[in-house]
Amino acid sequence: MQPLSISHYSIVNSLGAGRDAIARALRDARSGLAPCDFETVDLDTYVGQVAGLDDMRVRPDLAAYDCRNNRLAQLGLEADGYAAAVASAVERYGAARIGVFMATSTSGILETELAYRRRDSLTGALPADFHYAETQNTYSLADFVRRYLRIEGPAFVVSSACSASAKVFGNAVRMMAAGVCDAAVIGGVDSLCLTTLYGFHSLGLLSPVPCRPYDVDRDGISLGEGAGFALLEKAPGRAGGVALLGVGESSDAYHMSSPHPQGLGAKLAMRRALESAGLQPADIDYVNLHGTGTKANDASEDQAVFELFGGATPCSSTKGSTGHLLGAAGITEAVISILAIEHGSIPGGRPTQTIDPELRSNYLIENAGARMNRVLSNSFGFGGSNCSLVFGRLA
Amino acid sequence: MRVFVEGVGLLGPGLSSWQAGRAVLDETAPYVYAPTVLTASELLPAAERRRTGAPVKLALAVGREAFAHAGRDAATTATVFTSSGGDGENVHQICETLASAKREVSPTRFHNSVHNAAAGYWGIATGSREPSTSLCCYDASFAAGLLEAAVQAHADRAPVGLIAYDHRYPHPLNAVRPLIADFAVALILTPEPTGRTFATLAVSHVQDDAPATAMTLPALEAVRAGVPAGRSLPLLAALARLAAAVVILELAGAGRLRVEIAPC
Repeated sequence: MQPLSISHYSIVNSLGAGRDAIARALRDARSGLAPCDFETVDLDTYVGQVAGLDDMRVRPDLAAYDCRNNRLAQLGLEADGYAAAVASAVERYGAARIGVFMATSTSGILETELAYRRRDSLTGALPADFHYAETQNTYSLADFVRRYLRIEGPAFVVSSACSASAKVFGNAVRMMAAGVCDAAVIGGVDSLCLTTLYGFHSLGLLSPVPCRPYDVDRDGISLGEGAGFALLEKAPGRAGGVALLGVGESSDAYHMSSPHPQGLGAKLAMRRALESAGLQPADIDYVNLHGTGTKANDASEDQAVFELFGGATPCSSTKGSTGHLLGAAGITEAVISILAIEHGSIPGGRPTQTIDPELRSNYLIENAGARMNRVLSNSFGFGGSNCSLVFGRLA
Repeated sequence: MRVFVEGVGLLGPGLSSWQAGRAVLDETAPYVYAPTVLTASELLPAAERRRTGAPVKLALAVGREAFAHAGRDAATTATVFTSSGGDGENVHQICETLASAKREVSPTRFHNSVHNAAAGYWGIATGSREPSTSLCCYDASFAAGLLEAAVQAHADRAPVGLIAYDHRYPHPLNAVRPLIADFAVALILTPEPTGRTFATLAVSHVQDDAPATAMTLPALEAVRAGVPAGRSLPLLAALARLAAAVVILELAGAGRLRVEIAPC
């Protein structure tokens, strides 16, 4: 594929708001995870919660869209001058030539969960102040973002669980290749809710301690919330700037909630991403793993990564710092990959203590300085949905 | 961009399949309303079949019909799934459980709660490791799916299966999201003509105040307007008639999808 210039990006999660804050937190080996005191949740687990969401409201003209997920989206749009950068792209290309491709897994479902506690005792009806289309519906996020940024191009949400905000990069590539758009606003937002906390608990996948990807004692995930956005443009970027070089997508065709044990789908996604970038495995300087911290996920991904890259290419998972951001994981780790290239620093895969001897990839626990030209980032999800992205410097 | 139609699948009220429904849509047979009939997919292993909700059954049924019609192997074909609201019954059950004293969510309900559940079961059923995406664009979910599928076929130079489905929400969610019927449609699109393609679609995204193309028969217009996947009906009617036609579908905001249909 033709490299696509990443002209702007923003990020917000439990590590902080904005790319400088996130880069600093990663450099200082800080974690955003803390014991869960979200809402009324009574689970023994850690979460990466974003501060201030309870007290904020979305922009008044979009008040019907007010919910935790869209508040978090607004924080992301206002971070790092992102909304202003999009406004300038609208002037250059026109509002109808920019697409909005967003990712979320649970959208504003928290509103519905809370509304179900306030049903009419006689009729069972939901309260009159519940806005289904603007909050719960999966499209709510893209509708909120396109209205917030006043964009008139095609807009939709990709909701393929934890691969979604990696896959939106692919939507942007295709829409631009087909001539439908000249630029794309892409991103992902997922916020804490009871469905995912109690749901992952029901599967026995929530760790009682901050998650430890690749650790011999790893025992599950930690959930988090976050938002990330990127502005992709067809126009050639500046030399030395970071671009999207390749996208690879695949399906496991195996199980709804367990990865393929040999990582076949994962390997296929990585191989397709390399092919689309015209690169060989040896061209990749660092792999940002999906690395959720469950026994099965890490074993499956390790097998795929080792078979493709061998035991030398540095790898790490940053989910021990941010928690698993589900529908926002792909964009968050894409931004972390871009930061790694820009800062010449591989983020360590904390708080892992002892790497599982059965895992053979070169997993880094501590930060490491390295000049990186090309980074691959993995995102895999329920339903066997896989996506790998390659980022690199423009020559 | 131009793509070719190789196969169609259909399941809706009084429209039991594309084979049966095309006669209704080209007006050689009368339209008789009857509730949409769902059957468990024979594609899935028994254990998985028991776990699937009605929306997954809808999606798998039309996907199966469309691939059979096209004579194409689903295992080697990429897919685009699109739904305005996924599995409402499943959401309802989870929210009721979470509002109760014991918040014991069923693990099967949880993994079925992802918007890409139908895509996941499709992969298990067909063995396809090809890319698959799952979209939502509220009332414009069919048009968004058609745009993405056409763009994918065009940009990747490979066939794509589009599967759009919507299932009614139970009480009390049906009051805030009323759908009048269960409806699903599938189209197999190719970037080049094949021995089995029978129509071309020239698809473009335009800014236009033009109203969406409606159905002439009031009973079918009610289905079109009453369930998002039913927005496909004017396009299906043009494919059934196999005559040149232009269909306008609504996208986000003032965006429209202009689809020029021609026999080939």
